Amino acid sequence: MSKRYLMKGNEAVAEAAVMAGCRHFFGYPITPQTEINAYMSKRMPQVGGIYLQAESEIAAINMTLGASATGARAMTSSSSPGIALKTEGISYMCGCDLPCVIVNIQRGGPGLGGIQPSQADYYLATRAPGHGDLRMLVFAPATVQEMFDTVFTAFDAAELYRMPAMLLADGLLGQMMEPVTPPALPPAPREKLWALGAGAPKRKTISSLYLKPEELEEVIRLRFARYSEAETRLSACEEYLAEDARVLLVAYGATSRIARAAVTAAREKGHKAGLFRPKTLWPFPKEQLRAAAAKAGKVLVVEMSMGQMVSDVRLAVGDTAAVGFFGRTGGVVPLPEELLERVEALI
Amino acid sequence: MIVYEKSKGLTDTPLSYCPGCTHGIIHKLLAEALCGANLLGRAIGVAPVGCSVFAYNFFNCDMLQAPHGRAPAVATGIKRAKPEHIVFTYQGDGDLAAIGTAEIVHAAARGENITVVFVNNTIYGMTGGQMAPTTLPGQVTQTSPYGRDVKTAGYPIRVCEMLATLDGPAYIERVAVDCVKNVKKAGAAIAKALRYQADGKGFSLVEVLSTCPTNWGLTPAESLRRLSGEMAAYFPPGVYKEL
Ligand SMILES: Cc1ncc(C[n+]2csc(CCOP(=O)(O)OP(=O)(O)O)c2C)c(N)n1
Ligand code: SF4
Repeated sequence: MSKRYLMKGNEAVAEAAVMAGCRHFFGYPITPQTEINAYMSKRMPQVGGIYLQAESEIAAINMTLGASATGARAMTSSSSPGIALKTEGISYMCGCDLPCVIVNIQRGGPGLGGIQPSQADYYLATRAPGHGDLRMLVFAPATVQEMFDTVFTAFDAAELYRMPAMLLADGLLGQMMEPVTPPALPPAPREKLWALGAGAPKRKTISSLYLKPEELEEVIRLRFARYSEAETRLSACEEYLAEDARVLLVAYGATSRIARAAVTAAREKGHKAGLFRPKTLWPFPKEQLRAAAAKAGKVLVVEMSMGQMVSDVRLAVGDTAAVGFFGRTGGVVPLPEELLERVEALI
Repeated sequence: MIVYEKSKGLTDTPLSYCPGCTHGIIHKLLAEALCGANLLGRAIGVAPVGCSVFAYNFFNCDMLQAPHGRAPAVATGIKRAKPEHIVFTYQGDGDLAAIGTAEIVHAAARGENITVVFVNNTIYGMTGGQMAPTTLPGQVTQTSPYGRDVKTAGYPIRVCEMLATLDGPAYIERVAVDCVKNVKKAGAAIAKALRYQADGKGFSLVEVLSTCPTNWGLTPAESLRRLSGEMAAYFPPGVYKEL
């Protein structure tokens, strides 16, 4: 399929999941991700799959857990307040080493917040997607094409490392329409020897419960060995005019596109600005960022939040560069002009 | 001649229940029902959070341990992915009727083709005997030390009666395991519930009135008398739905 389609980000995510062989989708309506539900409710019956509108996001993630435990490619999606409800299930899926893809089309918080784009769930996604010692893969696409492609990557990585993967986008990416060329072949599902209901001679159990502390510690250590493999192999980023930049903007998702526009505008004025865009938020592309930041000497982190990714940037950069922050929050989208002003002030 | 044999539906792992607790009897009945109908080989069970959390070690089939109260949602996911399998949950009254109320009501309303074995002992057993949604008016527990006061703590939930108002469920029965006759009845009800699922008839639930001698502060014999008496009076055994 090399045709081009004009799609909303939310639709791209949904169609990509169908192409990736996902036949089990469990959702609950919430703006600005509801199109994923609407698309799946129409599409799944056409491909012999299951669309189920759960009674809550808690139920939806637990249905995803159940389907995943049988080896099925399963997905759920929501927006910020609903993702908060999924944290219980995410933790259990981590504790059970179960893969799945979770989509978060972020909106403003806290509380009911607003329905406009936001990046204020960065901490929720990368720091504490659930209780306990755990990690979740977090991908940050920046175009509708990437929304599509990332679903493939996320399913495959989730299965390879046996952990939930989140596609962290925002209302802008979910709602915008752009042309998409679906990649030719979705990766084949990995072998799942642990799956329930496979009719193996030996019965299988899946549980996150270990009452002996030493046993639980051992299980967690083994899991973290897998996490560290994911950390070395998966981190991804993109650089734009970063090579000779004196000021390096760091932004992800929709914000990175605004930052890119600001970089272009700065270059037109003769200012050496550049962009570093993490494509994965966990694992965070630390080394790549450190190298790019050291060259530039000055870093400006831009987010649609009061500053969350900026902590990871500071950790990565250390004392190799000065790190500043500019953020808009509550659903306010920063303008390229605002960023340009900041860049000019730094140069 | 073999007169009695342990069910092949149970593993060799020793049960972790207190002496005199009827969780063990209910395990046996479910295991026998799974074997009797030759369903064990394609059964997938979901263990709850509660005293029966280790059910995944006891039932001799594929098992998954679910978050507190979410077993019906987890079972839904399993059943939708593996419709040819027999999917059951085993849940206590705190698990099913408090934290998991939404999940059980909606699984029932969807007519989800799963079987729920609901163990009602009017108390939170595992955490040491706190008030449950099923705790009887006046019943003393760790968190209703003056007896459940319905003015502040409300009334017990009768799960079978509540779910029977829905169009979704196919079979709902409440049984007790207080005497041999009733134990046999309970076994038959669980077998029937599994048959409903195997025949694709939809949601089935068997509520089993059960004891918790440890947290009731009663001997096993006194516990059975309480079960036959005030518990069965508040939660009348019987068939509440049968399509
Ligand atoms: C989210 C969450 N809240 C609370 C608990 C603590 N907890 C464990 S078992 C239990 C009550 C179980 O009681 P019940 O379902 O009646 O089963 P029983 O132990 O009586 O068989 C509670 C509250 C938990 N594990 N998870
Ligand atoms: S605490 Fe109560 S319900 Fe739990 S095993 Fe002991 S007697 Fe049974």
